[in-house]
Amino acid sequence: MSSVPPPALDFGTSAINHALTAEQRIGLFTLMVRIRRFEQAALKYYNAGKMGGFLHLYIGQEAVAVGTISLAGPDDHFITAYRDHGHALAVGMSMDECMAEMFGKQTGCSKGKGGSMHFFAPDKNFWGGHGIVAGQTPLGLGLAFGLKYLEREGCCLCYLGDGAVNQGTFHESLNLSGLFEIPVVFVIENNGYSMGTSQQRSSAYTGCLAQRAEAYGIDWDVVDGSDIYEVRAKTHIAMERARKQHKPTLLEIDTYRYYGHSVADANAKKYRTPEEIENYKQNHDPITLLRRRLITEGVLTEESADAIHAAAAEEAAAAVKFADDSPPPTIADISTDVYWETDNNTPAAKIGRHFFDD
Amino acid sequence: MSRTLTYRAALREGLDEELARDPKVVIMGEEVAQYNGAYKVTEGLWKKWGSKRIFDTPISEAGFIGMGIGASMLGVRPVMELMFWSFHSVAFDQLVNNAACVRYMSGGLCHCPIVVRGPANGGTGVGATHSHVPEAMFAAFPGLKVCAPATPADAKGLIKAAIRDNDPVYVMENTLLYGNTGEVPDPAAGDHLVPLGLADIKRQGTDVSLIAHGRSVIQSLAAAEILQSEHGINCEVLDLRSIRPLDQDAILATVRKTHRVVLVDESKPFGGVSAMVGMLIQEHAFDFLDAPIKRVCALDAPAIYSPHVENDQLPNPKRIVAKVLSLA
Repeated sequence: MSSVPPPALDFGTSAINHALTAEQRIGLFTLMVRIRRFEQAALKYYNAGKMGGFLHLYIGQEAVAVGTISLAGPDDHFITAYRDHGHALAVGMSMDECMAEMFGKQTGCSKGKGGSMHFFAPDKNFWGGHGIVAGQTPLGLGLAFGLKYLEREGCCLCYLGDGAVNQGTFHESLNLSGLFEIPVVFVIENNGYSMGTSQQRSSAYTGCLAQRAEAYGIDWDVVDGSDIYEVRAKTHIAMERARKQHKPTLLEIDTYRYYGHSVADANAKKYRTPEEIENYKQNHDPITLLRRRLITEGVLTEESADAIHAAAAEEAAAAVKFADDSPPPTIADISTDVYWETDNNTPAAKIGRHFFDD
Repeated sequence: MSRTLTYRAALREGLDEELARDPKVVIMGEEVAQYNGAYKVTEGLWKKWGSKRIFDTPISEAGFIGMGIGASMLGVRPVMELMFWSFHSVAFDQLVNNAACVRYMSGGLCHCPIVVRGPANGGTGVGATHSHVPEAMFAAFPGLKVCAPATPADAKGLIKAAIRDNDPVYVMENTLLYGNTGEVPDPAAGDHLVPLGLADIKRQGTDVSLIAHGRSVIQSLAAAEILQSEHGINCEVLDLRSIRPLDQDAILATVRKTHRVVLVDESKPFGGVSAMVGMLIQEHAFDFLDAPIKRVCALDAPAIYSPHVENDQLPNPKRIVAKVLSLA
């Protein structure tokens, strides 16, 4: 038997990609570049002490969020874990509100109450931003359940990392999605490492992680996350299955993160070889690949691509300035957004004591 | 007009009325539909409302409670039954990190109008894993609301208020109360709602205040009769009904009236509901006290199985009477 791999498929010819206009293709590229430039600025100011907590960078994974969310219809919804900056920008959140959130400012998307891991934009169908590994998976299931219950045609894309596949709630969510025929697409963004533990050291599996779906009678597929056309082509099928047939799918999108689990990951360069990281950057970087592709297609030039980078860097710098200049929350702000009823000063809020400060 | 209903039937009537009022109300949980409820609270509702409005879930508390939380963010009003509140431990991340915090972490952009209900009590010979009373623990998380009805009328009124509330409300029922009967207002007389945060004096008295919630109210009422008939002590019994929000005014009013207080609470003593109530009394009514605040809690150990002594671990009339007499 020959061990020569089969030729790669060209998903650029898939109908969903073939239909993209030049502007839309440039839009995909621009969004990926904006995410990267945003995070590079975030890293710089995280290291400068401008923000607290953790910073889980998405750099290297941009084609996943951009490719999948580019398929969104009016009633498709999104929820992810703590590595959420890419999804936030992809649904249309502004760099300003996201950067300000990380700076802990009043003008942040969550008024400085959530931080890097907890971005939300329900008006853009983006439901977070969740800090506990796999804790968002039943919520994504529930958003999709809600769509079906309310008889709205749409689906929920529920993202998780490869570390989350070993949490009980994820398996409960898979079972419930198959059992109740829920229009959810679970997207494993497999960057190979659950913090410092490789997939091989954390997961029992045969072919791939997505194959676990077979145990629940759910369709699954594996996707090359460095090729945005492949991401779109395969995710489109899963989303249509969810929207039209109320059938869940488990997608495993192979990708890679250049930085550690978070910037605070002290061993980020110990559990992976420099060659491994360099190989991905040189040969699989989703932005570089799309840039080459769009230049080949005649949609971009080297100059126009560079200009997109420059504009994104400028936008990120402006977001930093916006965040830095914004006011922090007040001490009084600590006590709001706890209860809907007290925030809205309803009759129910006036009965009994809700808060127990002195 | 009122009728006599069991606590169980009163809850069911409340659920039924809310299913009728709001098509977004949906009931889910283990055995709630085709089995008619492990404790028959939801009996007949599946037959009446069908599988869209009430459905059975697998034994996946984290999964289905998380599913309800996600659906609630989109506008569905899930009412989720925990067969025992003791099973909260396998769904804790959903009950606390997601339900309690999602509004806050989103800066008020999301809200989570869910109800989680089920029995939370000891005293049924099922040992420590099935006998937890977690109301104080959940009330300790800002963002959550907790109530614990003692009577059929309050059970109906509170479940209806909980379903209409736009925040997550955890309703702690009691398997030992499900069969109790009591007067419940007739639906023809209008909606019977008991607002969260409103306590109720279940027995007027002058000498000592017994402050309790859930089944401890029933035990306190029994103790009050003994104290009256055998010792001439006239106890007032205040039923908190709601733990958070908490009716601090009612607590302070009864203390100012009687000047002596015994807190009766099936929680364990460390950090129980009574620990919070005692703190509020000393802070706001210290000068009205003629004696130290005393408590009757569950004895401070995991719930014992043995039917021979199980009742002695819990607040009961004998222990309450002894504690009140110790004040004299």
